[in-house]
Amino acid sequence: MPYDTDVARPGHPSHGAGATDAGPLLRATGLTKRFFGNAVLQDVDLELHAGLVHGLVGENGAGKSTLMKILAGVHQPDGGTVEISGEPRTFGHPVQAQQAGLATVFQEFNLLPDRSVAENIYLGREPRRGLLVDTGQMQRDTAELLEGLGVHNLSPATVVRTLSVAEQQIVEIAKAVSYDARIIQMDEPTAALADHEVELLYSMIRRLQERGVAILYVSHRLAELFDLCETITVLKDGRHVATRPAAELDEASLVRMMVGREMSAFFPDALPGTAPGAAALTLTGAGNGYVDGIDLSLRAGEIVGLAGLQGSGRTELVEGIFGAQPFTRGTMTLDGRPVRVRSPREAIRRGLALVTEDRKAKGLSLNQSILDNALGVVHAVFPRRTGTARRGMPGVLSSMAVAARGMDQEVQFLSGGNQQKVVLARWLSTNPRVMLMDEPTRGIDVGAKHAIYELMRQLAADGVAVLMVSSELPEVIGMSDRILVMHEGRLAGELPAGSSEEEILHLATGAAPARPEQPERDDPKEDRQP
Amino acid sequence: MSSPVTGRRRVPITSTGIVFLVLALTLVAGAVLTAMSGRNFFSPGNISAILTGTSILGFIAIGQTLVILAGSLDLSVPYVTSLASLLAGVLMAGQTSNIVLGVVVALGVSALIGLVNGLVVALLDVHGFIASLGMGLILAGYLGTNYKGSAGSAPRDFRLIGATNIGPVPVSTLIMLGCAVLVILLLRRTRAGHHLYAVGSNREVARMSGLHTATPVVMAHVLCSLLAGMAGLLLLARLSVGSPTIGSQGGYDLMSIAAVVLGGTVLAGGKGNILGTLGGVAIFAVMDNVMGVMEVNPFLKDVVRGVVIVVAVAVYARRSAGQRPPRFQKQSLTDAALQEAR
Repeated sequence: MPYDTDVARPGHPSHGAGATDAGPLLRATGLTKRFFGNAVLQDVDLELHAGLVHGLVGENGAGKSTLMKILAGVHQPDGGTVEISGEPRTFGHPVQAQQAGLATVFQEFNLLPDRSVAENIYLGREPRRGLLVDTGQMQRDTAELLEGLGVHNLSPATVVRTLSVAEQQIVEIAKAVSYDARIIQMDEPTAALADHEVELLYSMIRRLQERGVAILYVSHRLAELFDLCETITVLKDGRHVATRPAAELDEASLVRMMVGREMSAFFPDALPGTAPGAAALTLTGAGNGYVDGIDLSLRAGEIVGLAGLQGSGRTELVEGIFGAQPFTRGTMTLDGRPVRVRSPREAIRRGLALVTEDRKAKGLSLNQSILDNALGVVHAVFPRRTGTARRGMPGVLSSMAVAARGMDQEVQFLSGGNQQKVVLARWLSTNPRVMLMDEPTRGIDVGAKHAIYELMRQLAADGVAVLMVSSELPEVIGMSDRILVMHEGRLAGELPAGSSEEEILHLATGAAPARPEQPERDDPKEDRQP
Repeated sequence: MSSPVTGRRRVPITSTGIVFLVLALTLVAGAVLTAMSGRNFFSPGNISAILTGTSILGFIAIGQTLVILAGSLDLSVPYVTSLASLLAGVLMAGQTSNIVLGVVVALGVSALIGLVNGLVVALLDVHGFIASLGMGLILAGYLGTNYKGSAGSAPRDFRLIGATNIGPVPVSTLIMLGCAVLVILLLRRTRAGHHLYAVGSNREVARMSGLHTATPVVMAHVLCSLLAGMAGLLLLARLSVGSPTIGSQGGYDLMSIAAVVLGGTVLAGGKGNILGTLGGVAIFAVMDNVMGVMEVNPFLKDVVRGVVIVVAVAVYARRSAGQRPPRFQKQSLTDAALQEAR
C-alpha cells in the first residue's frame, strides 16, 4: 500500500490544519429522523473539516444511510440543524445540496447505462452554444476533469454500459467532483471493487484532500477506514456512539462499538468433526466462452476460496458450474459421475446451489414476501418437498436470526444483511451438496457477515462442498481451506490455507512466472459466435 | 461483441445498422419478387408509391419514438389523426383562405391532447399505456357521437400537398423527413433531447441529477400528438375529406409502436433513435408494396408483418443478452494502471 498510515497520519492534517482552525465545513447538530414514528436517527452530531476524511461506520440499520440522505437533501430531518461553512442550510431536494457544494456518491450507481461518460457527468448541466449542446466542449471538460483526478485512459465518449464496475465508480466520483463540491460523501465506494482497484480510489481521494475537499466516507471494510480517515464516527441503532481520531482506535475496538459486544473471532474456526471427504465436484478442461481450461476439484466438507480481479472470470466460472453460462468444453463430474449441466434447473436438481453476486437483480424477488422468496427454489424445482420446507422455514430463519416483522414481510424492506440471509435460506431448503457463493458478504454489516461465516462452517461440517468467490482478501484467507486464483479466464494457481494477500495478488495479476503471457491465446468466445 | 485482449477488435454493428441491413435485404427481395411478377420495382411510379406509403406512418412513428424514449407510450394517436383531419377539413370547407385557420386549429387541438396525456403521465403517475388508452377512448367516443361519416372538404391548394412530387419523391415524404431531421437535432444536440433519454432510461437518476423529470415526458407527448395531427392533415390532403375512422382503420397506434421497436428502440425507454424508426417504417412500406404488387391476400400480409416484428425483437433481445459488461475481454482501466505501477 503506497500510503503508510502509521507514518503519514501524525503529519497528515498539516495542510488541512488551517481550515480546521477556520471551523468545520459542515456541522450537523442533533439530527433526528423518524419513519412512521420509529426513530431511525436520534440526536446525531457530525463535523467535517476541509481536507480531512471522516469515517462513518455502523451496522446496517445503524442510521448511516439516513444520515447521508439527510445531508444530501434526499430526506428532511425531523429535528436538528445542518450548517455549511457556518451558515444554517436546509435542503428540500438533492440539487440544492449539490448547489451548496455538497455532493454524494450513492452506493447504487446513479448512471445511465446507455449514455456516454460525458453525458452522464454533465446530465442536467450540458454546456451549450446557442440552443444546441456543445458536445465537443462537454467531452473536453470531461477529459480535463478525469485528468485532474489522475484518470488517464477513460474516453469521455465511451458508453457507460461497457465500463467495468470500477470505471463506473470513477465516473460517479467524477460526477460528484464536477459539481465543484467542497464536501463529498461516499457510501461504500469500494463495495463493488476488487482490492487492487481500491488503490485507484484511494489516490483519487487523496487528490481531493489536497484540494481541501471534506470527505465523509462510509465503508464496511474497516481496514479502509484506518488507511484513509483521520477521524471515525460510530453509529449504533440510530444514535451517536463515539467520534475519535482513527489513531486511537483499532479494528477490534471499532467492532466492539458497532455491535456493542466482543466479536469472539471474526472468522470462526472449522467446527469439530469437519473432515474433507471424497471429491463432490470436479472439472476437467472446462470452458464456456468466458473461462477456459478449468481443472478443479471440490471435496465434500471443504471451503474453497476463489480469488481474482474484477473481470477475471470468477463469476463466469461459478455460472458455468451452475449452468447459467453452460460449459461448452471439458467435463464435469458430480460425486464421480460425469454430468452435463445445461441450465440452472438441472444444476439445482443435481444438488447445486448458487448465491449470486447481485442479490437484488438475481437473488430475490424484492416485492415478494420472505417466505415466498425462501421457498422459491424448492417450490419450482422440488414441488413435492415444498411442504416440508415450509414447515422447517421458521426454524431456519430464526436460526440465522433474520430480523423481520414476520415471514410475510416483503424482502425489499429488509436490510442487506437480512436479505442475504433470506437468499441463504432459499438455498438451504434445497439441501445442496455443492454450495457456490459469489461475494456472499458484499455490502452487509459485520454482524450479518459473521452469521454467514458461521453458516459456511456449519455447511462444511455437514459435508457440503463450498466454493466462495470473494473480492475481500481477508475473507478469502480467513475462511478458505484452499484458495484458487483466477486470471483472465483461467485458473492461475492454487494456494494453501493461510497464504498472504501478496501471494494471492501475485497470481491474480498474472505476474506468476509459471504462467507466461500468451499473446495469441485462442479467443475463447470465438465459438460462441452464431 | 467479443474482442480478444490481443486487439483484433471487431466493430460491433449497432441495432440501427441491423435495421438498415434488413431494409437492404427487403429491397433486394422486393426487387427480385417484383421482377418475377414482370414489373419494375425501381420504376419512378413504384418508388413514389413506396415513399408515399412511408409518410403517414413516418409522422406517427417519429412521435411514438419520442414518447417511447421517454419511457411512455401513446395509444391515442389514431384518434388524434382522425380528429385533426376532421377539424381541419370542416374549418377549411373548400376555401383556400381558410387553410391557415384549419391547420392551426387542428395542430393546436392535437398539441393540447398531447399536453393532457403528458401531464397525466408525468404528474399523476399514470402509465402512458393507460393514460393514452383512456384519451383514445374519450376521443373515439367524441368522434363517434359528433361525426356520422366523412365531413369537411380540403381546398385544391391544400390537396396539392398530397399530390405533388419532386422527381419521384412526394412532397409529403419530404415534409416527414424534414420533421425527422428536426427531431434528430432535438434528441442529439439539445438539452431537452439529452434529458428525454435520461428520464426514459432512469427517472430516479435523472431526478438526482437535478432534472425536472416531468418536462421531457410532457414535451414528448405534445410532439407526438402534434405529429399525429400532421399525419391527419396529410390524410385530409390526400382524401380531400376528413374522416372519423381514418386513423383507427390504419391501426397507427400499434403499427407505429411496431415500427419503433423494429427500428431498434427499447420499449422500456432510454435507448433508440429516429433513424432506426425511419428504417422500420421503410421496411413496412417496402413489404406492403411488394405484397401489393404480388397481389398477396391481405390477411397473409398481416401474418408476414407479425412474423417480421417478432423475429426482429427476438434478434435484438439476443444481442442485448450478449451485451453484458465486458469482463476479461477488455483490460480494465485499473488493470492498466496497476501494470503501469509495476
